[in-house]
Amino acid sequence: MVRFMNVNKSYGKLNVIEQLNFDVAEGEMVSIIGPSGSGKTTVLRTLMTLETINDGVIYVEGKPLTHMAKGGALVPADERYLRRMRTSIGMCFQSFNLFPHMTALQNCMEGPVQVLGLSKKEARERSEELLHMVGMIDKRDQHPSRLSGGQQQRVAIARALAMRPKVMLFDEVTSALDPEVIGEVTNVIRKLVTEHNLTMLMVTHQMGFARDISDRVCFFFGGKIEEQGTPSELFGNPQRERTKQFLSAVKEAI
Amino acid sequence: MNFEWSWTLTWEIMPRLLWATANTLLAAGAGYAIALVGGLIFALAQRAALGPVRWAVREFVEFIRSTPLVLQIFFVFYVAPQFGMQLSPWTSGLLAIGLHYSAYLSEVYRGGLEAVPRGQWEACRAINMSARDTYFRIIIPQALVPAVPGMGNYLVGILKDTPMLSVIGVMELMHAANSIGSEHYRYLEPFTLVGLIFFLISLPTAGLIKLLERRLRLGLGL
Ligand SMILES: Nc1ncnc2c1ncn2[C@@H]1O[C@H](COP(=O)(O)OP(=O)(O)O)[C@@H](O)[C@H]1O
Ligand SMILES: [Mg+2]
Repeated sequence: MVRFMNVNKSYGKLNVIEQLNFDVAEGEMVSIIGPSGSGKTTVLRTLMTLETINDGVIYVEGKPLTHMAKGGALVPADERYLRRMRTSIGMCFQSFNLFPHMTALQNCMEGPVQVLGLSKKEARERSEELLHMVGMIDKRDQHPSRLSGGQQQRVAIARALAMRPKVMLFDEVTSALDPEVIGEVTNVIRKLVTEHNLTMLMVTHQMGFARDISDRVCFFFGGKIEEQGTPSELFGNPQRERTKQFLSAVKEAI
Repeated sequence: MNFEWSWTLTWEIMPRLLWATANTLLAAGAGYAIALVGGLIFALAQRAALGPVRWAVREFVEFIRSTPLVLQIFFVFYVAPQFGMQLSPWTSGLLAIGLHYSAYLSEVYRGGLEAVPRGQWEACRAINMSARDTYFRIIIPQALVPAVPGMGNYLVGILKDTPMLSVIGVMELMHAANSIGSEHYRYLEPFTLVGLIFFLISLPTAGLIKLLERRLRLGLGL
């Protein structure tokens, strides 16, 4: 479903992703863990086309995302091509990024109406269904400033899902939340895993949650996958020294 | 020396001054309308992808901001005909003052646009919005709120600058007061009245701007 092939990304002299090869199968839930600055966010951002890559190719559903075929060769994708490819990807951010001048419902309807060209009625039905799913239907007419962080994040998830993406990206969606509301957001993601056949990539610091719901966990270090495996492999029996160090440091922090 | 205030003259010149007030308001209003749109175009052009366009607009705005308005008014009025455009005093005046304030408003807009968090752009991209919708539906509405006070200042500013248009013969308040003065050999009454009129227009404008800002904030749910 998603494939990174020899991907490099740098900011100036700083190599943030180095020769990354990474596959995600359709319907798979992959968690990305690792120390701060190891390039986890950047991996998701390149996939959302928020960042361009310096080298390599990213494929989505077998088609190049970052490049397009032109006269037999791959050239960097233009905005028109990107807009076509982006339809299959959705993303939720650490800081929610809801549109502050729109209600919860309007936030969800914006994409379906403006981008997908749905009628207001269809978009409203779709959005209300999703707001119901994330438990926010009662607050549909509230602006984000009137919602708690956990509530805003649930609306943001509904907004992303309203575009019917095939791949969903979650970048530390609970990091900005108070501990007591983290559960409302993780429960929504849990529901997505069990009830929908979405492909999901989730950057998280919640090891317990990652262990619970992932098909696979990738430990990032220095812009590379240092180690990956099923949750029980990676958390139960880590092979690499850096993985062990990271996991025990995280455990101590709890 | 004669400091005596003549009420007879006051009432006699009032109709002419009020007529000129209408012209002043028209000049300020139309000039501001041009500036509102022009400023947005300048602000957006400076964020456009094309490097040379960005540079050219940037320099043009800088140039307008660092040269006197009077010069620009004269320039449009006297130089445009050399390029085959006969512009009336009104047309060239509005063009010049509108352009002048476009430059200032573009800076206000620019500040407002920069105040919109980066996450808003990214959210738009994540739902695959077009650049146009991103600007007009998401970014500009949010940029407007912090821009309103600055926009209000320049509304008062353009009003106070309309007397400059008298240099090419636009019959606004200053021009009218000056003519009246030279006809009656008395300047005390016409100029005092003009000051009073400007004051009476400027004062409520500031209040209205505050109100507008609050309304906008509420309307956008911010
Ligand atoms: N826009 C940027 N400009 C320069 N450096 C950046 C930028 N974004 C991220 N970085 C750097 O890239 C590295 C990886 O960042 P990131 O992917 O956010 O890491 P993580 O999410 O794993 O904490 C960090 O060292 C960070 O400082
Ligand atoms: Mg991060």
